Amino acid sequence: MDDTLDLYQELILDHNKSPRNRRKVDPADRQAEGFNPLCGDHVSVTIKLDGDVVKDVAFEGSGCAISTASASLMTEALKGKTLEEAKKTFQRFHGLVTGETDEEPPTPDSMGKLAVFSNVCNYPARVKCATLAWHTLKAALDGENEQISTE
Amino acid sequence: MAEVDASVMVGSSHTVEPFDVQRIREDFPILRQTVRDKPLVYLDNAATTQKPQSVIDTLLQYYGAQNANIHRAVYKLSVKATALYEEARRKVRAFINAGRVEEIVFTGGTTDAINLVAQSYVRPLVGPGDEILLTELEHHSNIVPWQLVCEQTGASLKVVPINDAGEVPLDSFCELLSDRTKFVAIGHVSNALGTVNPVAEMVAAAHERGVRVLVDGAQGMPHMPVDVADLDCDFYAFSGHKVFGPTGVGALYARYELLEKMPPYRGGGDMIKSVSFDRTIYNDIPYKFEAGTPNIAGVIGMGAALDYVSAIGMQRIANYEHELLEHANEVFASLSSVRVIGTSSNKASVMSFVIENVHPHDVGTIMDQHGIAVRTGHHCAQPVMQRFGVPATVRASFAFYNTKDEIDALASAIDEVISVFG
Repeated sequence: MDDTLDLYQELILDHNKSPRNRRKVDPADRQAEGFNPLCGDHVSVTIKLDGDVVKDVAFEGSGCAISTASASLMTEALKGKTLEEAKKTFQRFHGLVTGETDEEPPTPDSMGKLAVFSNVCNYPARVKCATLAWHTLKAALDGENEQISTE
Repeated sequence: MAEVDASVMVGSSHTVEPFDVQRIREDFPILRQTVRDKPLVYLDNAATTQKPQSVIDTLLQYYGAQNANIHRAVYKLSVKATALYEEARRKVRAFINAGRVEEIVFTGGTTDAINLVAQSYVRPLVGPGDEILLTELEHHSNIVPWQLVCEQTGASLKVVPINDAGEVPLDSFCELLSDRTKFVAIGHVSNALGTVNPVAEMVAAAHERGVRVLVDGAQGMPHMPVDVADLDCDFYAFSGHKVFGPTGVGALYARYELLEKMPPYRGGGDMIKSVSFDRTIYNDIPYKFEAGTPNIAGVIGMGAALDYVSAIGMQRIANYEHELLEHANEVFASLSSVRVIGTSSNKASVMSFVIENVHPHDVGTIMDQHGIAVRTGHHCAQPVMQRFGVPATVRASFAFYNTKDEIDALASAIDEVISVFG
């Protein structure tokens, strides 16, 4: 049980049970859909911009606890950030959960609540669950109305 | 099995009653390992089975002392390798009670065997307006090869729906058999749910209309005696790795008179008698369908695997697995929040299930913490998942080396999943 809880921390279980911003931003300035064909999970991300600031961001879809909590915490973390900051957060989150980063490894302090995912890198089979919403977000930020797949 | 070669029974050390599972487990070295300091509980046998020491030794012996190409040279080593390869063909024939040894074609596995039949037998047979009949239970490997044939020929697929128990009712099957039906392809046992199809009855109904039938036996072979004469099927495909043999090898049983008429599936060495740029004469069956150097070690290892399970006895294996399944049914009945998918009374030892409000991948990760290997996902049977309105299930599939204690360990892990996510 202790071993398992290093992945399924309280904050993850909470965001899985009660996801924040699980809705659609309408009208959306940016949006994208993401699929994981291996597990059938899908997520859509919609974004409202105010200039270059993320005014609102939300997600819809179904998936495992890791992917749902990741999407939920992502929306919380990005609201109010500039596009530049949002992309930077994507990179740092990606580095955190994959354990692959060119820069200084992100520290829990620098990641805020997202640090709760720091053990995902010990579960290689679950990395894609944690990153699905984030890759979808990146697709939405990079180009408009994109569709992406983990495979 | 109506008949077993004497050679198959030699060396039997498992004929003592009752079923001594602890003794059998000693034959499987992989089962001795621990995962995160807990004993490995391997419950993903529908994906692939573990290998007994006798199969591992056979592969070592082959590569260490017997390796040479077959059907080629006059030197002793090649003659020996050829003899071992052809002996494995006789073992397969005896194991499934095929009439003639020429009716056994070695393939890369079940998928390869189905593609062979699809392209070589069915593709020339069908055209626009014709139908190929499948069931909703099929594995993707018994769907996609037929979709390819339909794209190539203009024929279409008909799918027999399953009921809420995950069964293919015989009358639903018969209703969809029609004058348009030109071929039937059905799974012997569902990989996703464990349902055993009434294959002999389905074959008889199809034959009444003169329609030939392929049985996808990937999940039938490991769980029960298979007798192709009793089933009366025209084609039976299976994989070595699902019956405790190596990966990358399998076999196709096909009726002699059908195989004789079928054109080659793949061209290359060994499938010919003579080649010139004007004219090539194909080899006799089954060699006509075995182009190129085959998986020689795999074929011989598969033969060793069939020897191993024959020595235990497929009926004894089926009986013991039925005990395991009954135990699992009892244990699962007491678990709240668990929905078993596939509740036929005629099932192989497979439990496919979902836990309320918990995604199967989260279940799989927690199981892994306990050293329990289960499959989570759609099991290459997405139409089955769609039928039951779930994206995925957790599947525990048992083999004869599993124990009731392991099923209890699975149940405890399910309890923990519920307590973590409850």
